[in-house]
Amino acid sequence: MEVSSLPISASQRGKLISAGYTSLSSLSSVSSSDLARGAHNAWDMLHEEESMTRITTSCADLDNILGGGINCKEVTEIGGVPGIGKTQLGIQLAVNVQIPLEFGGLGGKAIYIGNFMVERALQIAEACVEDMSEYNRFLRNDFQACQVKMQPTDILENIFYFRVCTYTEQIALINYLDKFMSEHKDVKIVIIDSITFHFRQDFDDMALRTRVLSGLALKLMKLAKDFSLAVVLLNQVTTKYTGGSFQLTLALGDSWSHSCTNRVILYWNGNERYAYIDKSPSLRSASASYSVTHRGIRNSTSNVKRVKMM
Amino acid sequence: MANKLISEMGLPRSIANIFAARNITTAKDALSLTEFELMELLDVGLSEVRSALAHISQIVSPRYQTALLLMEQRVQKEQSRGHLPTQLKGLDVALCGGIPVGVLTELVGPSGIGKTQFCLKLSLLASLQAHYGGLGGRVIYIDVESKFSSRRLIEIGAKSYPEIFHMKGMAQEIVFTSLQQIKVSLLQNQVKLLVIDSMAALVSGEHEPGPPWQHPLGWHISFIKSLAEFSRIPIVVTNQVRSQSRDESCQYSFQGQGRGKIVEDPPKHDSHLVAALGIHWAHAVTIRLVLESKSGQRFMKVAKSPISPPLAFPFNITSSGISLLNDDGMELMGPEINSIYCQGLSFGEICLYDLPWKKTPELIS
Repeated sequence: MEVSSLPISASQRGKLISAGYTSLSSLSSVSSSDLARGAHNAWDMLHEEESMTRITTSCADLDNILGGGINCKEVTEIGGVPGIGKTQLGIQLAVNVQIPLEFGGLGGKAIYIGNFMVERALQIAEACVEDMSEYNRFLRNDFQACQVKMQPTDILENIFYFRVCTYTEQIALINYLDKFMSEHKDVKIVIIDSITFHFRQDFDDMALRTRVLSGLALKLMKLAKDFSLAVVLLNQVTTKYTGGSFQLTLALGDSWSHSCTNRVILYWNGNERYAYIDKSPSLRSASASYSVTHRGIRNSTSNVKRVKMM
Repeated sequence: MANKLISEMGLPRSIANIFAARNITTAKDALSLTEFELMELLDVGLSEVRSALAHISQIVSPRYQTALLLMEQRVQKEQSRGHLPTQLKGLDVALCGGIPVGVLTELVGPSGIGKTQFCLKLSLLASLQAHYGGLGGRVIYIDVESKFSSRRLIEIGAKSYPEIFHMKGMAQEIVFTSLQQIKVSLLQNQVKLLVIDSMAALVSGEHEPGPPWQHPLGWHISFIKSLAEFSRIPIVVTNQVRSQSRDESCQYSFQGQGRGKIVEDPPKHDSHLVAALGIHWAHAVTIRLVLESKSGQRFMKVAKSPISPPLAFPFNITSSGISLLNDDGMELMGPEINSIYCQGLSFGEICLYDLPWKKTPELIS
């Protein structure tokens, strides 16, 4: 019996035939999960997850609660009050993704969209190269001590920076990233700083904004899966009136908060900066302190305290 | 880019006509809708919509630059590597050379602390010739509260007579329209610095009832930000302070609940102040300098900066403008970074000795 004469809807018939299933006999031998293309079973996914690569944040405590760093193939949202270090963490990740394979990194490139400070990136890159040669000296006493070939300028060269001025450009860019990525396969992280900014101005129809944003989130997730790269979205905070008082919460509303896989909130706790895992399918909610130093994001204990103000 | 016409993008004739027939003429129109809304509106299949959107997106999306290229461009094109030196040694070192171009720098502080003084000094510096350490250009000074004093400016400078464009915005409307005109005059007049004193007086009250996204600031934030990027000049704005209201919490919902070890907020002084423009605005500025006073001493704090650690410098105001008492700066921790104090400045004293020009400008010759 031919598939074309089966009593099923035209679109399903079309899909079957275009996938090469023309007769009923060719169809009967395949399992339904094979037919539903892209379906995996959980066992395969476990293996995949074990081989998943992560990008270090350069702060051991933060890496610990994140299970080793920012996950590739996932969308991670990072939010916090102004000046807490969102952009710092973004730039740090853009540099760290380039740590070569022999140093336990990914050796990839980075895409940075938005708020970028070249001077700061240079500082962090210099510190990163220094750390790598230090690591070399202490841990590799073998003869063929592989030299750190990377220069800070090489690191800067591997950061692709996009300047976005309106939300239209932002949408267009995210649509276009798909094509860009297939031309630049070595990109391992996309950082958007900030996903919020343009959407918080001049958008009148809030329902439309939510729909457009969730469309964007889906595209970013697909991007992360298809090219096995990490997508990091930096979000702003806003105040929300709940239970009789104002509380801080990440911007873009409740429906947006469903669209990211992981959500990390940066906040002040006393005198220290803390990161808190607000949402993650695989990680326990935990918090860890970190600090922002001249050399980038580091553990807070290693921070050399200067004269404290009264 | 966002208003680029779809008809000029070289889409296949048939699909371009459909877009035109449904009155979707610009890229903004097309990209503000979801794929399914477009399918419905245009009555075409998903694959056609996807390929059309992909085509439009590719044309509209900005081109990339590598960070290295960006840095080389800055070094070549811009004097003093893209910074306006403040001539305050410690601050310049902390900020890698001064007030950076292309981004917003904000001054926050209680009244009478020296925000306008700092703005005047910066205006003067920007108009100085390059070999004196300035930018050698003109300055647009948007003076909302009529605090600009040419006499004081000359007093600070004394040695040079800069050309300063002085716009007086008496009402909101005037300033708003002039904000739009600025873009043109920036290009025509070789302007090297834009000062807005003060932003908070332009727009008041983010906490007024009504949906928060419709507050009047929204449009200005993106306009000023894009102005800075596009013209590559430093933009300095001042912000006022207001006292913090009681129920304003600065905690997340996960903080404090069932976790007793959270440090209690320090008891609220009656002098507890916060910046007048709220958190939404604070996200938009790249550098925030807080001017405050503590037990009679004025401090300048780098409260938010991508390049500098949070440092505090004691300063005072003399006849030659703001000067730092030491250049090392003290590193700050935790909530101190963003708090604004106003203690122990006796204003009577200031009027008499510190700022004679402020109250009696006519008496100074």
